[in-house]
Amino acid sequence: MCTTCGCGDEAGTRISNLAGELQTPRQGHPHSHTDEHGRTYTHEHGHADGHHHAAAGTETIVLEQNLLAKNDLLAATNRGWLAGRGVRAFNVMSSPGAGKTTLLVRTLTELGGRLDAGVIEGDQETSLDADRIRATGRPVIQINTGAGCHLDADMLRHGLDALAPEPGSTVFIENVGNLVCPALFDLGETAKVVIVSVTEGDDKPQKYPHMFMAADLVIVNKSDLLPYVDFDVDACLRRIRQINSRAEFLTLSATTGEGLAAWYGWLDGAASQPAAPTSRTARSVPLTGSLTEAH
Amino acid sequence: MHELSITQSLVDAVLNRTGERTVTAVNLRIGPLSGVLADAVRFCFDVAAAGTPLAGARLQIDEPRGRGRCRSCQDEFNLSDLILLCPCGSADVEVLSGRELMLMSVEVA
Repeated sequence: MCTTCGCGDEAGTRISNLAGELQTPRQGHPHSHTDEHGRTYTHEHGHADGHHHAAAGTETIVLEQNLLAKNDLLAATNRGWLAGRGVRAFNVMSSPGAGKTTLLVRTLTELGGRLDAGVIEGDQETSLDADRIRATGRPVIQINTGAGCHLDADMLRHGLDALAPEPGSTVFIENVGNLVCPALFDLGETAKVVIVSVTEGDDKPQKYPHMFMAADLVIVNKSDLLPYVDFDVDACLRRIRQINSRAEFLTLSATTGEGLAAWYGWLDGAASQPAAPTSRTARSVPLTGSLTEAH
Repeated sequence: MHELSITQSLVDAVLNRTGERTVTAVNLRIGPLSGVLADAVRFCFDVAAAGTPLAGARLQIDEPRGRGRCRSCQDEFNLSDLILLCPCGSADVEVLSGRELMLMSVEVA
């Protein structure tokens, strides 16, 4: 199995097409990458020098490779694929119910034709989220991970194949609602966006440090509920700063629209930020200004 | 439970190098700041290895300590979690070790 989320069996992952029809589970395919690339990572070239003999008829083979090497290699492939087409991909992560889909639906609706965007939805089951996105008229692919708890680089590869984003466009990847596992799996995305809602508590960054450490942007959502809950935005920001000194930080309400201009501004700005050293090529400068005006 | 998929990758990575040979031991290095629990990997290993030449192999996990260095006062200290805070109060801390998540070596018969 090819870094498929192991929480379930491999055949548990299903990917929809643009019309929302579920496709046959991919079988065996992941292994087609393994051999040709595996060598790159295990490149100790080391059959000769990597071997030495241990006691009593056993032989020790030195490998010294990262356990996530296969996923990281596939992620690097995705990153190159995206960069070559000037496609920006934002990996949106949060706990279940923090408002990922609501934010995406509102963003796609309000920006309309000003943002050429598609969505890859990750959920354990159902196409409910994809249906909400499809209602905005935007292309969407649903990935059902079955028992799996996160998307990995190989699943994104298949999602991108099915979505076929236009060069220069934007892809939102809505990860499985989970603040633990998705943090460890690089997808090859342009940026990681982590959403925390005010009903969850301002101590989330300390409780799930890996996720907040990986974030490029942290969004505090449901700001309209701040008067009713015990959530200290400044304390939350302080806790994020303790584990991540570079992440940007926004407070908004995807329901009322409060603060959304800053999110659109971030999307606008992220248009000119290189995801990878080579990714500037097909970036569309005309985006500047147009997104912020939308709100 | 990302540990199961990571353990599955581990088995694949080993088989990629050892093929049909019987693997008697697998040596890993997993730091306390890696986001992966060594105990969970131990729990998953037998399941992931079942039916492969790794079945029954001894799993040895080296768990190095997490160490950090404060960029403000240059002090070095142990890190047990990712809350990077120097005793001096600075949060500008460089992680020196503890994030390892490595397949080090295997022993084959």
